[in-house]
Amino acid sequence: MRHDLVLRIVAKLLIPFILLFALYVQFHGDFGPGGGFQAGVIAAAAVIFYALIYGLDTARRVVPDRLVETMLAAGVLLYAGVGFAGLALGGNFLDYFVLAADPVAGQHRGIFWVEVGVAVTVSGVMLKIFYMFAARGRGADGED
Amino acid sequence: METLIINLLLTMMALAVVILARSRNLFAVIVLGGVYSFLMATVLVALDAVDVAMTEAAVGAGISTVLLLGALHLCKTEEAKPIHRPWLPLAVACGTAAVLAYGTLDLPAFSDPQAPIHVHVASRYLAEAMAQTGVPNVVTAVLASYRGYDTLGETVVVFTAGAGVIALLRRRKNNNDRRATQTDFSGERRP
Repeated sequence: MRHDLVLRIVAKLLIPFILLFALYVQFHGDFGPGGGFQAGVIAAAAVIFYALIYGLDTARRVVPDRLVETMLAAGVLLYAGVGFAGLALGGNFLDYFVLAADPVAGQHRGIFWVEVGVAVTVSGVMLKIFYMFAARGRGADGED
Repeated sequence: METLIINLLLTMMALAVVILARSRNLFAVIVLGGVYSFLMATVLVALDAVDVAMTEAAVGAGISTVLLLGALHLCKTEEAKPIHRPWLPLAVACGTAAVLAYGTLDLPAFSDPQAPIHVHVASRYLAEAMAQTGVPNVVTAVLASYRGYDTLGETVVVFTAGAGVIALLRRRKNNNDRRATQTDFSGERRP
């Protein structure tokens, strides 16, 4: 598949837009459909698409395993961190009202960071699972 | 019109499942699974659950299909002939379906505004979410703010799934010898 010119060019054209759409879904989730989970899956799908066309090793150079594994935990920690920030500022766990002077602005801030945490963990997990499954065939079939 | 579209889509889904169950070619099965997910996503759009539809299209039709294709890469394309007759599993499936259908008889009518689930906190969320959180999409407000604990739990579940896959597949190098013997065994057993 690596020598297929049409696929490579189409992928090159499409992937930036898929990533842009993921960002749109992430940051427009407050106003329209979408949110962290969907955005994370779409972003992971863009990298998986890249890996399918350009090969797993190229994708692993662009998004290294170490980064993916860090993302896995960083998202959950960020989410829980927002909760503890609420505690530190005098509210309950995951209380967003205290995160800013104005309660509504605090809610906005809390929801924003929580959604970022969800997106980071979800895209990390999806990518990691794909990497692990895709690399499994290597042992039996050699390079492909 | 909407009911007609939904019924048409559900019929196509049922058709896809029947073909899927009868197919012996695993590649066709995976593609049909993707078709099923896309039909489901369309049904969810027709039901105005756009957030869920998006997730179904991305996870059900996208990621799952890719992962299953990756798994197919490791095994044969043709499903082996079943050694058991299908009657017992079929009876269990039909029995479960009958019990589930019986269970739906007591549910309130579809999208009945007086259903218990719609008169508890939902009306309060719809009325106050905008003023309290400043987020116009009530789904996001409920998920990230009102039900923040649940979403934290879900994120931990996703994290655990990823960690589990890493734990299971990373020891590949040590297991290579044992896996090779297992393949031999299954090869011998095949007629």
